[in-house]
Parts: sequence; structure tokens; C-alpha cells
Amino acid sequence: MDNPLIVIDKAVVSYREDIALRGVSLKVSRGEFVGIVGPNGAGKTTLLTVVNGMGKLLDGNVRVLGQYLAKGNGHSLRKRVGYVPQVQNIDPRMPICVREVVMIGRYGILGLFKRPHKSDYEIVDEAIELVGMTHLAERPIGHLSGGEMQRVSIARALAQQPELFLLDEPTASLDWKAQSDILELVKMVHDNRSLTTLFVTHDLSCLPVTCDRVVLMKDGYIWAEGPPVELLTDENLGELYDMPVAVVQSRRKKTVAVG
Amino acid sequence: MDLSIFGYQFMQNAILSAFLGGIACATIGVFVVLMHMPFIGVCMSHAAFAGALLGLWLGFNPLVGAFGVSLLSAAIIGPLADRGDLSPETSIGVIFSLMLGLAFLFMGLMPGTKSGALELLWGSILTNTRSDIILLGIVAVVVVALVFFFFKEIQATVFNRDTALAVGIPAAIFLYGILFLTGATITASLRSIGGLLIFSLILNPAAAAYQLTYNMKKMFLLAAAFGVLSGWVGLLFSYFFNLPSGATIVVTSSVIFMIAAIFSPKRKVKGWRNQPVTEKEA
Repeated sequence: MDNPLIVIDKAVVSYREDIALRGVSLKVSRGEFVGIVGPNGAGKTTLLTVVNGMGKLLDGNVRVLGQYLAKGNGHSLRKRVGYVPQVQNIDPRMPICVREVVMIGRYGILGLFKRPHKSDYEIVDEAIELVGMTHLAERPIGHLSGGEMQRVSIARALAQQPELFLLDEPTASLDWKAQSDILELVKMVHDNRSLTTLFVTHDLSCLPVTCDRVVLMKDGYIWAEGPPVELLTDENLGELYDMPVAVVQSRRKKTVAVG
Repeated sequence: MDLSIFGYQFMQNAILSAFLGGIACATIGVFVVLMHMPFIGVCMSHAAFAGALLGLWLGFNPLVGAFGVSLLSAAIIGPLADRGDLSPETSIGVIFSLMLGLAFLFMGLMPGTKSGALELLWGSILTNTRSDIILLGIVAVVVVALVFFFFKEIQATVFNRDTALAVGIPAAIFLYGILFLTGATITASLRSIGGLLIFSLILNPAAAAYQLTYNMKKMFLLAAAFGVLSGWVGLLFSYFFNLPSGATIVVTSSVIFMIAAIFSPKRKVKGWRNQPVTEKEA
């Protein structure tokens, strides 16, 4: 835990009218792959918004990439943080193609009045290739399937050449095949680019089993954290999701681990 | 056909006004279409109309009133649209009807003849003066220049505000900038096109361009071309058939939209999909 990339110290954060995080502390070191797991409304997404400078911090301290989170400095932080949201609804007639969407990842870093250079196009094309979308680079973004759109989102985040990679339920609403493809891609990208990754999910079958550490969240608190094999027991999950252990057991037998 | 009409100063003014107003309105329209906020535009144009009538009633410059009240409505609506987590349509509907109510209230309170008020309702491009043209010219140049210089930020913001924010672009500033420009454009075009009709000249050319291209730059250019075309063709019909100019301009823009929709390749997506995907494959 020397020189951690993310230090969250007793953060109290509001989301709309509610308190979403009630004094959460977390440290993440460079190169870690951290899974954040918990039921809906546990504060997982809010935890990510704190890390990329969008959360409303009521109390506590947050330091990300050596920068203390304060009002107004979020934009400079976000240029260094790749963020992949859930599958978004995109107007099928939206006049923008895949390569242009990935190029948006360069726009923040480029800054005002600067046009993309050849080097930016190279970074973009490389990211598109890494996620396997080169053959669709000229397609209108709205014509892609959900899984393809998530590949584009990942490529856009990579085009930022981020130090930190945040994923918020990236596999939600995808079919089983697309889910496992995206999970493999995320893990590959994490290793290939030596990223520090936070991966949020409510669905354990959508958690890469190779993650270094899991953080279990419930009701705005960190309920437990540690290596996945120790923490992800039927007893723990039963308590986390308020389900009888027997139900958890039968459910987990049906799901196939991916990664 | 007698073309000597183009030698007259008032006709030259009208042609120039249609050119500048067409470009400014259509460019704003691209934002309105891509950000899915047509109701915001409708609401702001009625707010501008109400503000102009307030000016006429109280005796100050109607355009100052138009600009002020449309910005005021944007200040109320903007945060609703920006939050995005709940549908802002209801609130916008309330403000829209309030603006219409205020407009007719001010008109009722106005003493004497209402011809000035009616002119703001229907617009009359054939009576545009040099100062009208200068105002339209300034707005058109500012709108086009801002789109040119901030194209990549605008592209990201209209594509998806959350995405723009996530890559470090201050998306809220661009959203409010766009609302501000909308207010300015509506105000400058109010006397030419009229408060009730202005929104069609904003929406229709951009909606037509939207049917025809998957490239945002082309969409801006096509929309501007359709906007100018609507203005000029509408002007001709207005003059030769002695019809209200605002109405003919709006009807022309609607016809252009219908033609674009009929010939839109985007309505034939199925056929496009069934083609072999070998195009541009590396």
C-alpha cells in the first residue's frame, strides 16, 4: 500500500437528496484490479463518482492520482480517468461514427481550440483495434449492438490513455455471450495497458474472477473487503443480499464463473 | 417574370435577412434536434415573444425584452434538462403555457393599436431595416464562429453529455452556451419570422438534414443550406402571391423536411443492414 493511487478517507457523499456514502474509506494501489460488489442502492456507483470527481463530497477527504478532490477541479482529473458506463441508449440516427466517438476520448486532453493531430488518430485507431472494432470503425454508432457499443466505450476510455479505469456495470443488459466477451476484454485491457481498475457490478457472474480484491458494499458502507476467494462465500453473500444461504448456494451453482 | 423587384432596397434587405436568419436558426436547430430538446426551443421562442410584448407595453426596446425573457426561461429550463434524471417535459409545458398566457396578457394590457404586437407574432421580413440586418448578421457570425471553434466540444456534448463530462469536457457550460445562443438567435429573428413561427425555421431545416447524413459536419452544412433555401423560396412565394412572409417561409421549410424524410436513407435501414458488411473492411 505504498503511495496508493486512490485514497478515500471517511467520505460522506450525497446522491440527489440522499446520503449515498456514509463515511467510506478505501485505498487502491497502482495496478490493482478491484471489484466492487453489492445490491442496488449500496453506493457502488456513487463511490465511482467520487473517484472521478463528480460526487458531492459532504465530509471527508478524497485523493485521486495525487490530486485532492475539491469543487471545480474535477475536469482536469477526469481527463486522466477512463470511465465506462452501462450500455447507453443511443439514437440510431445520431450522425456520428465509431471512430469519432472514440476520438471524443481525446477531446478533453486536447483542450480548447486544438484539433486532433495524426498522433491522436493513431491512438484512436490503436484503441479501436485492441477492442476488435476496426471493421466497424466507420459505422454510425447507433447501428451497433449493445456489446459492440460497450467495446466502443472501452476504446473511448482507452483513447484517453488513462491511469485509472472505472467501469460501472459495463455488462448490464447484455446477453450472456456479450457479457463474457466484455469481461475478457476488460481483463485483457487491464493487463495490456497496466491500468488500475475499479469494476462495479451487482451481479457476481459478471465479476472477473481474476480480480485482486473485492469490496462488498451495502447501505452506503463498505461491508467487507479482501481477496475474492475468502470473501465471496455463500454465507457472506447471503448476508450482503439479504437472502438465505441455501438460495445463494443454488443460485451460484447455476452461474458459471468467467475470466 | 418581372425581376426588377430585386433592385429595390427592401427586397435586398429581405434576401439578406433570410440568408442570415436561415443560417443562424438552422445551426441552432442542429443542437435542438441532436439533443432531443425541441420543447425547450418552442418554450424559449414563446418566451421571447412574451418578452417583446412586455417591452412594447412598457415602452422599452422589444428585442431587449425578448432576449431577457427567453434567457430567463432558459435559466429555469436548463437545470431541468441538465439533471436529465427525470423527464423535464411537464415543467417545460407549464412554462410554455405561462409564456403564451403572459404574451396575450401583455397584448391585452397594451393601449391603442396592436399592429406592432401582431407583427412580432407573424413577422414581416419585407420591412426589415438596416439595424435588423446588422443584428441578424452579428448573431449569425457569432453562432457559426462558435460552432467552428468549439466543434469537438459541441460534438461531444450533443452526442452525450455524460460522456462529454467523463472525458473532462465542462459539458454544462456548453449546454448553457447553446441555450444562450438559442435565445439570441430567436431574438434576432423575431421581427423577420415572428414569435409563433420562428421555431419551425429552427427545427425543420435541421430535422431535414438529420434525415440525410450520418456526419455531423455535413448535418450543420445541410441544415444551413436548407434554412437559407426556406427563407429565399418562402420570400419569393410571399412576394409573388402576396402572402405573409413568415408563413410561406415556414411552409417551405416543412416541405423541405417532408422531401428529405421521403428520400432519407435512414428510413431504409433494413436494406442497409442486409448488405454484406465488406465495405471499408481492412
